[in-house]
Amino acid sequence: MTTKYETVIGLEVHVQLNTDSKIFCGCSTEFGKEPNENTCPVCLGLPGTLPVLNKKVVDYAIMAGLALNCDIAEYSKFDRKNYFYPDLPKAYQISQFDLPVAENGEIEIETEAGLFKIGVTRVHLEEDAGKLIHEGSIDKSKGSLVDYNRTGVPLIEIVSEPDMRTPAQAKAYLTELKMIMEYLDISDCNMEEGSLRCDANVSLRPVGQEEFGIKAELKNMNSFSAVEKGLEYEVKRQQKLLDEGKKVVQETRTWDESLNKTISMRGKEEAHDYRYFPEPDLVPLEIDAAWKEEMRKEIPELPREKYKRFISELGLPEYDAGVLTGDKDLAVFFEEVLSDYDDPKNLSNWMMGEFLRLLNENGQAPFESGVSPINLAKMLKMIDQDIISGKIAKKVFEKMYNSGSDPETIVEEEGLKQISDEDELENMVDGIIADNPDAVEDVQNGKDRAIGFLVGQVMKETRGKANPGLVNQMLRDKLMD
Amino acid sequence: MNIYDLTIHELKEKIAAGELTPAEIKKAYSDRINEVEDRVKSYITIIDELAGDELADYENKKEGLLAGIPIAVKDNMSTDGIKTSCASKMLENYKPPYNATVVEKLNEAGAVIMGKTNMDEFAMGSSTENSAFFVTHNPWNLNHAPGGSSGGSAAAVAAGECAAALGSDTGGSIRQPASYCGVVGLKPTYGMVSRYGLVAFASSLDQIGPITKDVEDSAILMNVIAGHDPQDSTSIAGKKEDYTKYLKEDVSGMKIGIPEEYFNLEFDEEVKASVLAAVEKLKEAGAEVETVHMTDASYALAAYYVIAPAEASSNLARYDGVRYGLRSEQAADVSEMFTNTRHEGFGDEVKRRIMIGTYALSSGYYDAYYLKAQKVRTLIKDDFDRIFNDFDLILTPTAPSTAIELESKSDPLEMYHTDIFTVPVNIAGVPAMSVPCGFDSNEMPIGLQLIGPHFGEGKIIQAAYTLEKLLNINEKRAEL
Repeated sequence: MTTKYETVIGLEVHVQLNTDSKIFCGCSTEFGKEPNENTCPVCLGLPGTLPVLNKKVVDYAIMAGLALNCDIAEYSKFDRKNYFYPDLPKAYQISQFDLPVAENGEIEIETEAGLFKIGVTRVHLEEDAGKLIHEGSIDKSKGSLVDYNRTGVPLIEIVSEPDMRTPAQAKAYLTELKMIMEYLDISDCNMEEGSLRCDANVSLRPVGQEEFGIKAELKNMNSFSAVEKGLEYEVKRQQKLLDEGKKVVQETRTWDESLNKTISMRGKEEAHDYRYFPEPDLVPLEIDAAWKEEMRKEIPELPREKYKRFISELGLPEYDAGVLTGDKDLAVFFEEVLSDYDDPKNLSNWMMGEFLRLLNENGQAPFESGVSPINLAKMLKMIDQDIISGKIAKKVFEKMYNSGSDPETIVEEEGLKQISDEDELENMVDGIIADNPDAVEDVQNGKDRAIGFLVGQVMKETRGKANPGLVNQMLRDKLMD
Repeated sequence: MNIYDLTIHELKEKIAAGELTPAEIKKAYSDRINEVEDRVKSYITIIDELAGDELADYENKKEGLLAGIPIAVKDNMSTDGIKTSCASKMLENYKPPYNATVVEKLNEAGAVIMGKTNMDEFAMGSSTENSAFFVTHNPWNLNHAPGGSSGGSAAAVAAGECAAALGSDTGGSIRQPASYCGVVGLKPTYGMVSRYGLVAFASSLDQIGPITKDVEDSAILMNVIAGHDPQDSTSIAGKKEDYTKYLKEDVSGMKIGIPEEYFNLEFDEEVKASVLAAVEKLKEAGAEVETVHMTDASYALAAYYVIAPAEASSNLARYDGVRYGLRSEQAADVSEMFTNTRHEGFGDEVKRRIMIGTYALSSGYYDAYYLKAQKVRTLIKDDFDRIFNDFDLILTPTAPSTAIELESKSDPLEMYHTDIFTVPVNIAGVPAMSVPCGFDSNEMPIGLQLIGPHFGEGKIIQAAYTLEKLLNINEKRAEL
């Protein structure tokens, strides 16, 4: 009889905060500069230099803690985490050990299997290290180059409780976390650029057992899909070991994207004693109720709240609500249009359809195109009022997207107004009927499809401007019964 | 008196009266350095003759509290573009790209920085014998140590190689050499002087302070260097005063405590006699002197020799050969580069303390050592606070003896013991000054320590100034 195992997953997520300057000095945090351009004596750890805490970094950390439903510490402090590595200029990282900024939070996630609450153990502040660029291959390399632009960039480390039970839940948690950070606008949250990083702890235990199994730590998963694939692989690997009666080794494993497996880093890493002690160059951090409240006010409606509200108040389907709230700017754009337009579902269709299509094609974000919320609202009203047809509207929209013009001007300039005048239409229709006797006969013989053909001919004749609904009705009236 | 024997305030008077120009003063001190430096060896780097334009600049530099005054700076304070070695092979050729805040302040005050002085390597030592380069000699007797770790600064002042100097004090490194060299040395309240640019030894204990020929000069230098610095998160705002307003001969009603436990320790009888004689003079001048009871100083010494090395082990970890300083040539990989560089770059005492400190912070030992020592520290601070509720000052000898002979102490623990009276002060974060109070039968200087409450520099200066006038020995200079 094979034992049934339960998967236990915890995630440690590092989020780079997008403050203008670093956590302990005034250097820029801007990504993509020349190596060692964003450095100064402090973040290079030159002898004699001292850290000075950037207040905005703490503001952002408080916001993150509150958004994750944590308790914010009234008294918190920094500690030194000591180890030697070329990308760590002081040979210690200023971090937080036992008194972090925030603790005891939780967030709600949704997967196909349902809703789950995932605990957040803690959120703490720390400084990032530099980047090593290795020349050549590991066995033939002459050396490595170090870029210290990243040292001192502020990070928050968010540690979850080991509450996730499937890789899908882990992915949902990570996705939700990313969205929350984006809504707060405190990070670029870009896994490819390294402003969002994820390590995982994975273990298996027999179903019903309270004690956790031996865990492996997974690193080097550099995309959402890598996280999911890495976890899936690891769960299978551990399952296989246990089924064969073997033990899982407590170790760090790296995800290899090219081989699609996790590989042991055992032997390459020594057990670290970080010799944590309180950072003597910084004073303790005291966060009073007033500061907390000030930051609470900065928190906008968060993704899950907005998602639920779009469904309950606006009557949108779950799918639509999911897509629209999945991107903060898209949600904000949507709501701005709605301040001037009252059909959420129709707007949703347009945004998920034409708008997203063009944004993806052009690699733009919602507020970067020529379409403004006001103009989209105007355009939709024009469709509702039958001034233009839905099909013509697509042309208008694309023009708006590229030119930034408003819909009235475009329709006027291009002469795209829908023809709804009955007399004018009747002339067209009579003309088409006269020119297409075969199709007319088909209609009268009951071939409904031929109506479509005739409507098409009218549309062709009017270059799409005839009101197709009216044309259709007119043809039916004239040709049927 | 020779120009090089004059104090800062005397030099300023003469400049103001048109009797001396900054250029003449600079030349007098340069000549003095040439005369005695090969015997005293205070300086690691002498900032040489100025070129034509800069000399002219000098002539015009009459602004600032220290305009035209030659000052020496201990070689653990960053000077932009000028070697800052901390007397270590590790930084033998290191030139910082920035100035320490105190150096900026000296520059703004118009001071002429004569050079960087010798010290115990990374400020770890009590005799300047731990310098990786050479030993400094006590101007009063060249066979004796100048004290440490600011031995070069103290010797330079005592030998007339500068008008005054900056030192740093973590466990007594300003006061003890000042005592050995017969000059005045002040360690300010922790946080009063910026540490930005001071190469860190023990972050929670280090302070920069003045080493001067007399008390008035100490007050003048404090006016220049003290004050809040936004670049140092541990520096305090709103506490700076005009220290020269305390230059009054008046101790009437001042309550001074003599800690019985300190005086009961075994130490040189002549030192004891000289200190007690000074106490009598203060009593005669109206001070109220009483015995007080304090925690045994050896507890502070024990706490210090856990806390300081622990912080040092972390502060010195950055010397890994990657970015600046020494990098070992022989290394097959990064790990070897780290270990070889640190093996070659650090002297024995530095290695000793890094090992002790690493041990005290390591998993399984942190609670028993570092944490425990910090708790003892709080008790020691409370002890000082308790005394200062009722007393203005505490008085002790600065060191248990006069300047030790060079190469006389081979046991590190014996060397640590010379800091017994000074260390508790750093542990508590309070200010203290060593002021000369006499000479022993070998004409070696004896120092007396005045300890004040936090931000009590004013009281200290006032009592020290009064004592100086009563004893009238501050014009005596070492014969070289």
